[in-house]
Amino acid sequence: MNQPASAYFLEERHDPNETHTLSVLVQNEPGVLARVIGLFSGRGYNIDSLTVSETENQKHLSRITIVTTGTPMVIQQIKHQLDRMIPVYRVVDMTLTGSSIERELAMVKVRGGGDHRVEALRLADAFRARVIDATTESFVFEITGNSSKISQFIDLMRPLGLVEVSRTGVAAITRGPEGM
Amino acid sequence: MTDKSHDPNQMTGAAMIVRALIDHGVQHVFGYPGGAVLPIYDEIFQQSEVEHILVRHEQGAGHAAEGYARSTGKPGVVLVTSGPGATNMVTPLTDALMDSIPLVCITGQVPTHLIGNDAFQECDTVGITRPATKHNWLVRDVNDLARVLHEAFYVATTGRPGPVVVDVPKDVQFATGTYHPPRKSDVHVSYTPRVKGDATQIRKAVALLANAKRPVIYSGGGVINSGPEASQLLRQLVEATGFPITSTLMGLGAYPASGPNWLGMLGMHGTYEANMTMHDCDVMLCVGARFDDRITGRTDAFSPGSKKIHIDIDPSSINKNIRVDVPIIGDCGNVLGDLLQVFKAEAKKPDIKAWWQQIAQWRARNSLSYRKNNDVILPQYAIQRLFELTRGKDTYITTEVGQHQMWAAQFFGFEEPHRWMTSGGLGTMGYGLPAAVGVQVAHPDSLVIDIAGDASVQMTIQEMSTAVQFELPIKIFILNNQYMGMVRQWQQLLHGNRLSHSYSEALPDFVKLADAYGCVGLQAHKPADLDGAIKEMISIKRPVLFDCRVAALENCFPMIPSGKAHNEMLLPEEATDEATAKAFSGGKALV
Ligand SMILES: Cc1ncc(C[n+]2csc(CCOP(=O)(O)OP(=O)(O)O)c2C)c(N)n1
Ligand SMILES: [Mg+2]
Repeated sequence: MNQPASAYFLEERHDPNETHTLSVLVQNEPGVLARVIGLFSGRGYNIDSLTVSETENQKHLSRITIVTTGTPMVIQQIKHQLDRMIPVYRVVDMTLTGSSIERELAMVKVRGGGDHRVEALRLADAFRARVIDATTESFVFEITGNSSKISQFIDLMRPLGLVEVSRTGVAAITRGPEGM
Repeated sequence: MTDKSHDPNQMTGAAMIVRALIDHGVQHVFGYPGGAVLPIYDEIFQQSEVEHILVRHEQGAGHAAEGYARSTGKPGVVLVTSGPGATNMVTPLTDALMDSIPLVCITGQVPTHLIGNDAFQECDTVGITRPATKHNWLVRDVNDLARVLHEAFYVATTGRPGPVVVDVPKDVQFATGTYHPPRKSDVHVSYTPRVKGDATQIRKAVALLANAKRPVIYSGGGVINSGPEASQLLRQLVEATGFPITSTLMGLGAYPASGPNWLGMLGMHGTYEANMTMHDCDVMLCVGARFDDRITGRTDAFSPGSKKIHIDIDPSSINKNIRVDVPIIGDCGNVLGDLLQVFKAEAKKPDIKAWWQQIAQWRARNSLSYRKNNDVILPQYAIQRLFELTRGKDTYITTEVGQHQMWAAQFFGFEEPHRWMTSGGLGTMGYGLPAAVGVQVAHPDSLVIDIAGDASVQMTIQEMSTAVQFELPIKIFILNNQYMGMVRQWQQLLHGNRLSHSYSEALPDFVKLADAYGCVGLQAHKPADLDGAIKEMISIKRPVLFDCRVAALENCFPMIPSGKAHNEMLLPEEATDEATAKAFSGGKALV
């Protein structure tokens, strides 16, 4: 059966998606994170990763790093929508600067004995992960790097007795002498 | 009292609020009292500089403040209590956000130590209104209150205007602190709206305009919001370029409807000539409009062959729905001034005679025509008569939402900006009556008419009582078709004429209702009675509820059917049942 028509335009446009990392400098005041998150949920934007902390406490500035996915038009919208929020100072698209460094920290708990234990230690060494807690049957590794390195490490730990993971989300900064 | 009692800037939070209103030149506040705002009401009682207009429902206060703001260019101010007072404000706040109307809403809140405890009449006002405002604040310390209030006025009225909420807990209203008058440092340094357009972009725009063969100017509510100056500059630009001009629903009046270059409104129920001109143009100058989906029709078929210039104060409006070639971020008035100057200095009026000939052919289709009827009042005819009989008077029009709103936009000619108040972005039924209250408060001697629908008017009809109390002689002109006409139209066109719950069953007797409220009720049934009744309405210096009985099943045309482009409009004379069915069946595949 034919569905009824509509006077809205129900077709979606499907442009290819891109992933961008945005650095957002905000006034650190109550509710500012809720505003940012509310913008994303309210307008249907994606958040792949979100990291926030006060960075200059005399000036009450916080830096939010958001990794998001969308069509080029949506990414541009996200930046404009963030920028027009009252407590937002600046929005920088780290992906467009072409020279940004991105890091994430993860703590990875692995449980096991025998060969698995030895193999986990060997891989941790190869990934420059540090042991920050150990018992006779477990390790907690600390690893930093870009997100794909961390994901790869976690994948390798899975068959060796991965118990749980805690990731910080991405922090990003540009190379060179200039600040944002 | 305290040792600081000699300092005139030492006062309670409640006193600060009233003082800040006075310092910002506020003469009227629309509000409704309750436990969490009693200290403020006590201050209002003890002064006479700010007049408080008591509404009958907080939503009414919000829309009244919107009407007040849009007809004056000043911010509208609202005062409501915590909990239900605040939640009742959500609709007008959202309405004002969508239509960029400056509102400052002060809400009472439970005392700070009770916040988060589910206290009586507590709600998370800042959380609830966050997506409904341009910005909002919860003030926990009385010494922050002056700064926040001043910032609130600044944020509401500058940049792209919008509603703001200041939530003030009751203990902060009672507490004593230091007030200061408005100063620059009250505003977030991170908030710096851009007013002046980039000179290089303006040059690029002028180059496009100067070489246009088939240009069009498409203006919107941003021109109105920018102030009367912007409308004057727009008129001068039309004069200097000789270009045709159309506008959105929100932009009506910026260019006079009687002007030679006026094409009428564009969009879903716009004129054929406006939409065809948009579709076939080679250069489009969009000023203070935002390519909304009711305007563009299908975006992938929207004005396919044109270079687009877009002037807007809000960078997020650029490239949101339609990709433009020359964006210019800035205040419409400011940018239009610069653009005009460069155009006059560097360009000549392009020769677009052939384009005007083409437009004349589209105009000749007479897309707003309707067949005359001597037995029943057609709604289009009623608006036309209302327009003719109020011509030359100092008139302000508000509307509700539905067919009557579209007919008002099509058939009432606006010569000046700030004369037309309608809910465009949110489409809020119940907007028009309280908005008329607000307009009449600002313009006590003007003729203020709410063009209403029988369904919409019932959403905020209680504000008749406000009009009576404050002797506001508003005129509620109901196009009574005994249907939610616009819903019925969609059901007829899109849902196989299954009129599910769109009949206005059990309508009240509006004349008796008027009487019960202490206003005047009038009625017209026949075209022959209409003029006399309208004249009577105009002559009465009290609130009037006019029950204009119109044809029940009239539909609003022309119309861009679903999923269609601007050049595929359905015109009234073509809108036979078969043609309509065919035009709308194409949309089925889209669902
Ligand atoms: C608050 C609200 N609820 C529902 C709607 C959906 N709606 C749009 S128009 C309309 C019917 C309006 O009927 P009426 O006021 O009689 O106007 P008419 O179309 O008959 O002129 C409805 C229900 C709306 N716009 N606003
Ligand atoms: Mg109706």
